[in-house]
Amino acid sequence: MSSANTAHSVVEPSARSKRIAATLVILYAVITMIPLVWIFLTSIKSPPDSISYPPKILFTPSLEGYCNLFTTRTRQTPEYIASLPPPEGMCDAVTRERNMVIAGPSNFLPRFTNSLIIAFGSTFLAVGLGTLAAYGFSRFKVPLADDLLFFILSTRMMPPIAVAIPIYLMYRQLGLSDTALGMMLLYTAVNVSLAVWLLKGFIDEIPREYEEAAMIDGYSRLQAFRKVVLPQATTGIAATAIFCLIFAWNEYAFASLLTSGSAQTAPPFIPTIIGEGGQDWPAVAAGTTIFLVPILVFTILLRKQLLRGITFGAVRK
Amino acid sequence: MAEIRVEHLRKAFGEFVAVQDSSFTVEDGEFLALLGPSGCGKTTTLRMIAGLELPTGGTIRLGGEDVTYRRASERDIAFVFQLFALYPHMNVRKNIGFPLLAQGVPKAEIKARVEETARLLQIDHILDRPVSGLAGGDRQRVALGRAIVRRPMCFLMDEPLGTLDAEFREVMVRELRELHNRIHATTVYVTHDQIEAMAMADKIAVMNHGVIEQFGTPQEIYDRPASMYVADFIGSPPMNFIRFTGGLARGARTARIGAAEVAMPELRADVAPGELALGVRPEHVRFSDASPLRGAVYGSEYLGTNQIVTVETEGGLVRARLPAEQNYRIGEPVGLTFKSERLSLFDAVSGRAIPSALYEGALRREARHG
Repeated sequence: MSSANTAHSVVEPSARSKRIAATLVILYAVITMIPLVWIFLTSIKSPPDSISYPPKILFTPSLEGYCNLFTTRTRQTPEYIASLPPPEGMCDAVTRERNMVIAGPSNFLPRFTNSLIIAFGSTFLAVGLGTLAAYGFSRFKVPLADDLLFFILSTRMMPPIAVAIPIYLMYRQLGLSDTALGMMLLYTAVNVSLAVWLLKGFIDEIPREYEEAAMIDGYSRLQAFRKVVLPQATTGIAATAIFCLIFAWNEYAFASLLTSGSAQTAPPFIPTIIGEGGQDWPAVAAGTTIFLVPILVFTILLRKQLLRGITFGAVRK
Repeated sequence: MAEIRVEHLRKAFGEFVAVQDSSFTVEDGEFLALLGPSGCGKTTTLRMIAGLELPTGGTIRLGGEDVTYRRASERDIAFVFQLFALYPHMNVRKNIGFPLLAQGVPKAEIKARVEETARLLQIDHILDRPVSGLAGGDRQRVALGRAIVRRPMCFLMDEPLGTLDAEFREVMVRELRELHNRIHATTVYVTHDQIEAMAMADKIAVMNHGVIEQFGTPQEIYDRPASMYVADFIGSPPMNFIRFTGGLARGARTARIGAAEVAMPELRADVAPGELALGVRPEHVRFSDASPLRGAVYGSEYLGTNQIVTVETEGGLVRARLPAEQNYRIGEPVGLTFKSERLSLFDAVSGRAIPSALYEGALRREARHG
């Protein structure tokens, strides 16, 4: 077709290969999206709809799952419920239809807050430490730099859970079990190796001349780092932050092992919802849906940087 | 502004010695070009003056003050980088004002001085543009602006024209020299381009393997090269070397090369018998049928205003810069004469120039600069 008279060295893909590529991408997107869509749909089903077989595609949406997620309820006799004053708000009404009354707020909100604090806190620490360490490795003659970098990377060579028992014992001794600080430190330790390696690559790409120019312009090295290197490393820092955040946010194994009470994060908490008053799938699905929101927002906000982070090294700016 | 005095400067990177025992002085308001091929130590020397590299030995004085081991930020200098190093996240105005910000100059004064500098460099119309979209020449001017806005003691420039295309480079050479004439800033300019160095510099230091081969004005370096290396590096085409064996006494005015007796400036030293080389600039070669120094035309390059004719002789190829009108056939036998008072004689083994009437004064000064 047009391939014969194409003068460019980079040949524009043909319409057919574009169509094939588009089909594959859409197919992949659909496959990965189905579970998410299913979770969201389940979260707005009523409990009977959620377990009906065959599964209902068309149903009357209900916020019962969200009501159940945020509350604890107790079963009461119909007579008692009838004696109550008129329901306040929608959740109250929905609960009473099931012969229950709201006893109080559930633990979801505090657990979710724990997740926010621990995940964002550890991301901040890991990226902060990682940036400084990466800058050091990139710019200075660090004795045994290669060995140190390998050592840092080696912490990633086994699944973190392999050290679960020593860490469990250590944390118990140190009083870090079931504390937000303990979880933050743990996630920071796991993420810092990733952060150092990723960020070193990004900082290596920033020419030294910028800092040298800044130092000649009268700034100290630290000022040059802050005013010249950091602004140019934002892409790398953002990409690294997303990777760290995703790990810390989703981490389940350590969280279920080391936290049970006040410092428990959302991942080990969400499955426990199911036990309260029958198989409450809509509540679990509602918890999962809300759990997805922060990471979704963060990723959408930084999607350009994330893309650059993934294709890092493939394209030279 | 101030003078830069470099004494016995030395820099070693592990085993590799980048700069060996360099000493020179750039006087107040002078433009020095450090000239040499890549890897000769010129950039390392410049970076040591800037404080970006710490010397292994020696001292550097700026305006009489010893700054050898002082931080770059504590030396009052400006540096123009080869790739300009304009801060990509700032616009032109912020780039130029950045050094003033470090000094804590009030905002209103920064604005005034940035604008004054921009007018001087004729970039006032692009002050609020991002630097990423600028053309090479404008980037160059912004980099210069960032250097001159702070009125430093001296300017250091590391091949600032290296990335510009040839046509534009000529324009910038002229602009840089005009700028220097206007602000008289002590300048050290690193380049591997002899034309840039010759056109701009008051003094040139020719470097090779970490050693300053010669330090002097462009004329001195061109007319009285201290070594075969310098003679070969400067000039296009470079100096011809006619190699011969012999010994000469102090006061000699001729050298015997094959059958010919070649007149040259009076020697000021005895020369023990050995390998020698007579240095002749191409423009000092003429054809004369009567001359006993014979050769055959090997080829010619037509350059418009003149031509370079290469002649094969017993002592090797000799290039002559001749008027463009005359045509020479390849293989045509010709006789060569030289402009005797402009010839240099070198010890072909050490490469050093042998003192003669031509070198009166020049070599002595060169020796002092080491």
